[in-house]
Amino acid sequence: MTVSLAKKTALLAAALAVTSSASAAGKLEIFSWWSGDEGPALDALIKLYRQKYPSVTVDNATVSGGAGTNAKAVLKTRMLGGTPPDSFQVHAGQELIGTWVVANRMEDLSGLFRTEGWSKVYPKDLVTLLSARGGIWSVPVNVHRSNVMWYNPAKLKTWGVTPPKTWNEFLTTCAALKRKGVAAPLVMGENWTQQHLWESVMIGTLGAQGWQDLWSGKTKFTDPKVVQGFTTFGRVLDCANKDASGLSWQQASDRIVDGTSAFNVMGDWAAGYFTTTKKLRAGTGFGWAASPGTSGTFVMLADSFGLPKGAKNRAEALNWLRVLGSKAGQDAFNPLKGSIAARTDSDLSKYNTYSRSAAADWRKDRIVGSLVHGAVAPESFMSAFGAVIDQFVASRNAQAAANAAGQLATRSGIGR
Amino acid sequence: MKGLSRDRLWSVLVLLPSVLLLAVFVYGFIGRTVAVSLTDWGNDPAQALALNPVIRPVGLANYQELFTGFLQVRFRQELVNTLFFTVFFIAGTLGLGLALALLLDRNPRGEGLWRTIFLFPMSLSFIVTGTIWRWMLQPQGGLNQFPAVLGLPPGRFEWLSSTASIWGLDWNRVPLLTAAVVALALGVVAWRAARAGNRTRTLVAGACALVLLGWAVFVGPNVQLLPAPEIHGFNLALIGIILAAVWQMSGYTMALYLAGLRGIPEELREAARVDGANEVGLYRHVVFPLLSPITLSAMIILGHISLKIFDLVYAMTGPDNTYTSVPALNMYLTSFRQNQFALGAAIGTILLILVAFVIVPYLSSAFRREEGHA
Repeated sequence: MTVSLAKKTALLAAALAVTSSASAAGKLEIFSWWSGDEGPALDALIKLYRQKYPSVTVDNATVSGGAGTNAKAVLKTRMLGGTPPDSFQVHAGQELIGTWVVANRMEDLSGLFRTEGWSKVYPKDLVTLLSARGGIWSVPVNVHRSNVMWYNPAKLKTWGVTPPKTWNEFLTTCAALKRKGVAAPLVMGENWTQQHLWESVMIGTLGAQGWQDLWSGKTKFTDPKVVQGFTTFGRVLDCANKDASGLSWQQASDRIVDGTSAFNVMGDWAAGYFTTTKKLRAGTGFGWAASPGTSGTFVMLADSFGLPKGAKNRAEALNWLRVLGSKAGQDAFNPLKGSIAARTDSDLSKYNTYSRSAAADWRKDRIVGSLVHGAVAPESFMSAFGAVIDQFVASRNAQAAANAAGQLATRSGIGR
Repeated sequence: MKGLSRDRLWSVLVLLPSVLLLAVFVYGFIGRTVAVSLTDWGNDPAQALALNPVIRPVGLANYQELFTGFLQVRFRQELVNTLFFTVFFIAGTLGLGLALALLLDRNPRGEGLWRTIFLFPMSLSFIVTGTIWRWMLQPQGGLNQFPAVLGLPPGRFEWLSSTASIWGLDWNRVPLLTAAVVALALGVVAWRAARAGNRTRTLVAGACALVLLGWAVFVGPNVQLLPAPEIHGFNLALIGIILAAVWQMSGYTMALYLAGLRGIPEELREAARVDGANEVGLYRHVVFPLLSPITLSAMIILGHISLKIFDLVYAMTGPDNTYTSVPALNMYLTSFRQNQFALGAAIGTILLILVAFVIVPYLSSAFRREEGHA
């Protein structure tokens, strides 16, 4: 009897403590899809926020699932239901702009960029990608590079080939490797990694400026240059494995490690996989180069956070964005996430070999946005584009694929 | 109001909540979905997720887009996929289920254990089944490695990743084929009515069949839904998904058939034997005809499962593999990833109509039978 009474009192006291602390200070709900491997990086950011604003209760609302497919569906339900999270993760660029900014659901953050002086520390090309309709719409916390070609240095030496510099050179190398008995010199995985490859081929064919013109509507998809890009993509596919759609990107990367294939075009999260999971040393265990035809170009994707209109804890959310954009915040997050800071003044001593090389390129290269990872086209384009690539893989009809992509672009309002 | 006794009042009161809930949450929402499918909600990205979106009615434009639009190749392939999937899934499940039931009907040793083993897959959800089978059908593992155990070279079949397809058919031929098939069915109806001596029915069905046949022969070949030929066939990667689905559901048909077999009185079998039937004849002329109502109900259940299938495909080949995609998956992606709510609603409505094709004839026959008994 006494025990249960004591328990009840303790519970009551605990409940009171929780409610009083919650009501006394602010609250902040952060919505992201960072769980598992990426969880610790987010935790580091939240820890930093708590140090600065100890009275705020942080609610980490993570919806797990690769690249946020599940999180985005949950987010839509919440936004349409009128209970937006205070700040949510989104791929920087058109994925946010084409979906939520055009629907007039986001707050313009250009004021925050001005007061924090971010326009000076972020590369100009990046700020352009974040801007539309006279505003800047999200704060990027990290940057990944999409146009990296990975290889196994020891294997390349045995085969006597070097990483190709252009896609034409790649095709020659591919033929040479096939003669040496490598059935699939290039390895790719499921649908999205094929789009990822397409992106690198297209940028390598059109050039950085041509790529940007494609998304601003200056170049049409039906332009002969784009059709040519599709044709090259088709020839590159002839060098790739046939069982692609059954492989995850990790399984595809494994074939570089075991020497079944020579090259793999994948984003630089592959570096984290090689070093952390496969225990390989950067430079000797695995090597990298900009994908053919794209040296001097940094094809970027970034995770960023925005501020939805009608957020319940607006002031706390703005403070959260300040922490995200700060040097301390980015240097706490990125070494753990395996990405690099979007700021150009980050402390490179905290990063590993690969990231240091990527950060050096980030500061000098021309920056363009990635299609597959939401920077240059809205979701409505991207999601349907997979079917166009699938069809092209089956039919190899470059003109038809270009026409379909063109119609898709018109429907999604690209270049409007 | 002579029937408003206490009993009747009670029954009305008890039924009212579920009737109201059904009216709103089933029929109300079906109506809403159909209404949305007739608008342009989501076609303009700026309006899709706006606080107060401007939505205009566009009639059947979304349906036209799905069946003839340049960009909706995926949807048409999915319809063809669904057709093949349904046929093979039902045939496989019924066949395997019947075979297992016939084996168990011979009262083998440990029958209870076997029954449990065969029925067990049904207790799993499609997501679990899909995950297990995805592992087994890895290109370089599972089933393909099996021959290696026996010292043979491993298999090369790309279970879930194949992009090859067979039995290709030009989408432009679909109206023609549909007309021909319906005409044929009507012809059969007319023929049977003629044998039963029902003159009006013979004439109506026969005339309709002739009109459709005429259309198929004279107009059909000139119908051009799409500017260019578009070939859709049976994608070989679907075989893996069909295998998993058959594995999951054949225990269920086994249970149905076993119940049916046990329900056949021994006297009937003995009578047949006395009449000189051997084992084969016994099954052909006595057992199988008695099982046919079970086959029908199993087909209805399996048919609507296969039309609505989503989770199994999602788990096995992911949402973005167009070679193995199905309409339900496309509906989800169109609505919740591309924000094209009207187009998604149109796909949903088409699915509903397909399911209705399966369910309604069954319901009407069931009702008729009930009335006949009453």
